[in-house]
Amino acid sequence: MGNVLVFAEHQHHKFAKTTLVAIAAGKDAATKIGGECYAAVFGKSIDDLANELAQYGVKKVFAVDDPALEHYTADAHAAALAQLVKDKGIEMLLATATAVGKDLLPRTAALLGAGMASEVVTFDADGTMKRPMYAGNVVATVSIEGSPKVVSVRATAFDPAAKAGQGDVEKVSVNIDAAAKATKFVSFNEMKSDRPVLTEARIVVSGGRALKSGENFKIVLEPLVDALGAAMGASRAAVDAGYVPNDLQVGQTGKVVAPELYIAVGISGAIQHLAGMKDSKIIVAINKDEEAPIFQVSDYGLIADLFKAVPEMVDEVKKLKG
Amino acid sequence: MKILVTVKRVPDPNASIKVKPDGSGIVTDNLKYVVNPFDEIGIEEALRVKDKGGGAEVVLVSIGGKTSAEQLRTGLAMGADRAILVVAEQELDALAAARIFQKIVADEKADLVLMGKQAIDDDANQTGQMLAALLGWPQATFASKAESLESEAEKQGVPGIVLQDGKSVNVVREVDGGLETVEVPLPAVVTVDLRLNTPRYASLPGIMKARKKEMKEIPVASLGVDVKPRLKVLKLDPPPKRQAGRKVGSVQELVQVLHNEAKVI
Repeated sequence: MGNVLVFAEHQHHKFAKTTLVAIAAGKDAATKIGGECYAAVFGKSIDDLANELAQYGVKKVFAVDDPALEHYTADAHAAALAQLVKDKGIEMLLATATAVGKDLLPRTAALLGAGMASEVVTFDADGTMKRPMYAGNVVATVSIEGSPKVVSVRATAFDPAAKAGQGDVEKVSVNIDAAAKATKFVSFNEMKSDRPVLTEARIVVSGGRALKSGENFKIVLEPLVDALGAAMGASRAAVDAGYVPNDLQVGQTGKVVAPELYIAVGISGAIQHLAGMKDSKIIVAINKDEEAPIFQVSDYGLIADLFKAVPEMVDEVKKLKG
Repeated sequence: MKILVTVKRVPDPNASIKVKPDGSGIVTDNLKYVVNPFDEIGIEEALRVKDKGGGAEVVLVSIGGKTSAEQLRTGLAMGADRAILVVAEQELDALAAARIFQKIVADEKADLVLMGKQAIDDDANQTGQMLAALLGWPQATFASKAESLESEAEKQGVPGIVLQDGKSVNVVREVDGGLETVEVPLPAVVTVDLRLNTPRYASLPGIMKARKKEMKEIPVASLGVDVKPRLKVLKLDPPPKRQAGRKVGSVQELVQVLHNEAKVI
């Protein structure tokens, strides 16, 4: 028995799909441990966000409106979150393993003296959980002893929650002491793009080192990305070489994606990359190396020179879409 | 300025990892072990601050069996000044590791702790954040830099984290949708991401010198820290296998099957 609290992350005053995933996972976990699912939203002037969050079928939303929580910083957010978990007698604190979730939850867990499981993909009926280890080469069954427990969930492992009527909002104030306000937000250099968000896109087209330059990402790969209305991704090798910005990296140490269609162009398929995309529904590989490991996980493989095949594919897709 | 860098002994990231038939662990026969790649980046960053950022003593700390001395020697050969091995043969979770580091950091009076953002064995990504919380220090996780790893600044070994008069540190963080810059006052915990730097190799003179550098062993029991794991690993399984599909002969065929058979475009 015990209740679950979902930390609802927002950016630019909006909830991303990953937040709705956390709510769905929180409801699932609450069913398994026999409790209710609550949600928390932090920030400044967040009444509308709290009301929106309350529409996703949670028991209640706790809204913490505090100037110290306007910009996300780990120290202030963790102090506030740990206090809320204690005050409300929460059994399990949960969020999606986004950059914020990964930064915030372990700090909060330590403030609570709680054990934590990262990147959980399944909640089992007996209270155990499953999570990947060793870059996805191992699936571990784990349990957390003691109370409360802290869990981050993998964004691709749960379907986002849908709206389910208006719930209650409770305004809560917390006491964040000066020591927890030490971090100064300096700036955010946002990578702006008109394309779909990588972790939310229905189709992802990723390029590897075989593209040979950032210029080729633009003139060869991007036309295919845009013809398909897809998001663009990249392998670690392509990112390390500086061809594309690092937030495009798909892999165990980058973004984990699971779109309906994943097209890997000139990517050999290192284990770290596979860990970030192998849950995609349909995987296509275009590579001139017949032996590339990417073909072992691909539904459709095309052995071809990408510099010929990709422009051809752009034409074919355009023909298809008329 | 004293910088403490944590070092974990992990299986080689290029090794193929197999689960034992009874699910009790991974097959370790003939497995090669290395310094956790993220920790190597931490060591490199500390050495850059030492060389080009105003000087520092660089102390390595590892928790593990006596074999972890091998990874500490690697770090000493790269140029770190001395090492501490907390000898613990039992399984530890991130919270237990953070409690051990908390004790060592306090004893050493470190100004800055650099850690890999995650270890590539359990992939938890927790210990740095937990350590910062236990110490009551600010944290800056996933440290990166604006320049690419093939930039001129990188070739010259410029540190990515910028110390401000030894009072605070500016860190460019890799977050969703871009790069965030934060300023945290010292002492602080900084965890490092892949694109902060390219670690150096240990030179032959470095390896020779490392043999004479101090390596202190501390039995974990002597620290008086609660190391009971809260997170228990009950069983390991291999992941479900994805079946290889088929090869298509041409771009035309590929687009047709994606449209008519898979119905995804």
